Amino acid sequence: MNYFPEEVLEHVFDFITSHKDRNAVSLVCKTWYQVERESRYGVFIGNCYAINPERLIARFPRVRSLTLKGKPHFADFNLVPHDWGAFVDPWIKALVKGCPDLEELRLKRMVVSDDSLELLSRSFVNFKSLVLVSCDGFSTDGLAAIAANCRYLRELDLQENDVDDRRGHWISCFPETCTSLVSLNFACLKGEISLPALERLVARNPNLRSLRLNHTVPFETLKKILTQASKLVDLGTGCFVHHPKSESYHKLKNAMSKCKSVRSLSGFLDVAPRCLPAVYPICANLTSLNLSYAPGINGNELIKLIRHCKNLRRLWTLDYIGDKGLGVVAATCKELEELRVFPSDPFGPGNAAVTEEGLVAISAGCRKLHSLLYFCQQMTNAGLITVAKNCPNFIRFRLCILDPKKPDPVTMQPLDEGFGAIVQSCKRLRRLSISGMLSDQVFLYIGMYAEQLEMLSIAFAGDSDKGLLYVLNGCKKLRKLEIRDCPFGDMALLMDVDKYEGMRSLWMSSCELTLGGCKTLARKMPMLNVEIIDENSQRESALVDDRQRVEKMYLYRTLVGPRHDAPDFVSTL
Amino acid sequence: MEEHLKKEEFSPKLLDLINKDRQWLVKREEKRGHGLSDENKLELRLGLPGIDDRESTKISHKIDTDESVLSLRYSSTMKSHHKSSSQEQKQVFPTTWPCSGHQQQQPQMLSPKVSFLQYQTGPSAVARETSQPCCTIMVGLQNAEKKPFSSASSTNNTAVHNSSQKRAAPVPVVGWPPIRSFRKKLGSSSSTKLSPEPQGTKPSQIDNEKPVESSRKSLFVKINMDGVPIGRKVDLNAYDSYENLSSAVDELFRGLLAAQRDFSASGNIEEEKAITGLMDGSGEYTLVYEDREGDRMLVGDIPWHAFVSSVKRLRVLKSSDLPNLNRDAQAQEKATH
Repeated sequence: MNYFPEEVLEHVFDFITSHKDRNAVSLVCKTWYQVERESRYGVFIGNCYAINPERLIARFPRVRSLTLKGKPHFADFNLVPHDWGAFVDPWIKALVKGCPDLEELRLKRMVVSDDSLELLSRSFVNFKSLVLVSCDGFSTDGLAAIAANCRYLRELDLQENDVDDRRGHWISCFPETCTSLVSLNFACLKGEISLPALERLVARNPNLRSLRLNHTVPFETLKKILTQASKLVDLGTGCFVHHPKSESYHKLKNAMSKCKSVRSLSGFLDVAPRCLPAVYPICANLTSLNLSYAPGINGNELIKLIRHCKNLRRLWTLDYIGDKGLGVVAATCKELEELRVFPSDPFGPGNAAVTEEGLVAISAGCRKLHSLLYFCQQMTNAGLITVAKNCPNFIRFRLCILDPKKPDPVTMQPLDEGFGAIVQSCKRLRRLSISGMLSDQVFLYIGMYAEQLEMLSIAFAGDSDKGLLYVLNGCKKLRKLEIRDCPFGDMALLMDVDKYEGMRSLWMSSCELTLGGCKTLARKMPMLNVEIIDENSQRESALVDDRQRVEKMYLYRTLVGPRHDAPDFVSTL
Repeated sequence: MEEHLKKEEFSPKLLDLINKDRQWLVKREEKRGHGLSDENKLELRLGLPGIDDRESTKISHKIDTDESVLSLRYSSTMKSHHKSSSQEQKQVFPTTWPCSGHQQQQPQMLSPKVSFLQYQTGPSAVARETSQPCCTIMVGLQNAEKKPFSSASSTNNTAVHNSSQKRAAPVPVVGWPPIRSFRKKLGSSSSTKLSPEPQGTKPSQIDNEKPVESSRKSLFVKINMDGVPIGRKVDLNAYDSYENLSSAVDELFRGLLAAQRDFSASGNIEEEKAITGLMDGSGEYTLVYEDREGDRMLVGDIPWHAFVSSVKRLRVLKSSDLPNLNRDAQAQEKATH
């Protein structure tokens, strides 16, 4: 075909939305590259330091939706010092200059300031959607600016952020003309808001599909909101405490029963268990239930609730559901696809809230399960092997045994065989986190079988460099690897340095790396930023002794060299 | 060579090491018997102190679970690699894990380490413990590569040792367990402090999450029950929710109540009945409390931590004595439960 109009190409490309597919498309030939780059509206940047905003805008001049991820995943667990980086300011400033049509900004683990929020709200006239996940650095003043200035705002979604709540009545800043809201989630905010303002806001936004309140919004307000928001699909309750005999309670129950469209329920940040029956009327319609913020519900109440939820596809809960409760889930929720069980008492003396029994029961009853995050007191090889047999469809399998290095309590063996069974059986596994007592053997299995594995998290495992070598040699699709407290050293790190260019990032902390090893790596691979994070010593003396053990190393591929905003305790080799 | 290691080819490197050892062993194997195992035990003990204790406890276990099958297969695979037939590897494994039968038991007197090394000659011997092969690998490596694996292996060893002992309360490790900060507070704190409150905007290097229980003082209040002349005391800080308090009250008074009934009745031994429905008015008894101002209040209206700070004493009253709060609601409640 000699002539194929670019307009047709562009039209075809419109149907290709996944960024992976679009990346592939752009590699075909120069023409396709040009057409693709000019028609790409949604850009995903998995590591904000892999590229800079100027180059992004140069390549994709029409970008309207930008997703940025910043800090390494272990930052969620306080392993990355607070001022490590991932500032969104330079991005917003560059976008203001080069992309005035920006409509959506999604940030994960980035530092956002009130000034950038204000700038954003004033600069992008068509701005529609702001999603902040695990971010910090801003206050409710920034939110007030967004509320006040973004005329066509559709989505304001704050998930698990650390927000300085100044109780400035930011909710009241939404103008009367704001009628386009589809999604509002402020569950992570700690402070009080103006309840009348909230009620009015809900009343004038009839398209509201998703609403998640924070714990200061009381029962009565919830009832009023439910009567207004008839199209709600996703509801996050605020405070759910009331006397079950009161009139308020019955009004809420009635209002709830009219919410036929609610499919996803979360919140219960503050709950009296006797009030839970109020939600029974909608349980049969629920496909997603998140009770993981609600320690006020005990196992029995939870079980009673779950019995009503036959159509659940996603369940997040705390571990007082117990093995017994998980048995009820297995019997009731046949459509379950994702399960997360969080620890309710992470440092307690081990009340054996959930064990391998619960997981085995789930695997036997919920055959569609493909995503798991499971915090438990113990796990056995036999249990994992059974789970692997029952559920070969896992895409994400994350198991965390609360006591690091704990072996199989029945046989006192490492859990190598159990995890081996998982990787061997689950051919589509993309994400894996392992825990418990583990030797190099488990890595042998992972390297052998986990062909689709993209992300691997390892802690307190392995005996020698062999372990890391098995993984690096075997997992061809590995993109993100994070390791802590394992006896892996320079030999493994330097064995196949080219591999890291095919990966997004590698984190290693409390391993056996030396400064010399990291320097060697940095020298061989100029396309990588090899960062050493050392909060304790002074910068001058830090980089002297090559034999010195490196406590935290984070390396990532980048097109733009060492970053300029690194704090003192970060050295890029 | 290292650069191009594929997953099937990693083992030659390992096997090379074992190969060297293997020849050494082939000679010894001809001398089968305790002496052999003793010598090997001696050799291996250099790398793994205290291994004898583990061995003796493990040998006494009759392990015929799937994991034993797995270890067999793994070792056979090692052997087959050595014979450079990588096909076998894929064949062997898929049949292994689903099948639950177990292979022949190895004669217990031979030390498992010996049997693992015996794999190189034939698949007949079977090691039970999957950790043993690993230890052997480590030892092999130690001999061949002269790396300080003993530290790693002894860590492994001590880890096993420690976990085989009574499980002590886990020491808080930085960033462990891997959950967000606000979740760490959820379980141990009261049910109202629940907004996902991330732990400070400047998390320090060292995690400060000590269990809340350790710093809590006890708050004992009197609790009396209708019909029971002797009261009890409860530590309100030992509970984090109304439900837990309710079950505690049940436990405290169930026996006493039954005993009371016993005495007042004609001496028939009555079975203990659980005291339920203390909070929602559905039970025979209802829980009330006296607050700071001296008023008698129904338990359950206010958030838990507010309740704990204002309660002075508790009472368990007969529900029939209480004024009707809302009879219709009560009936409706029972209907939906």
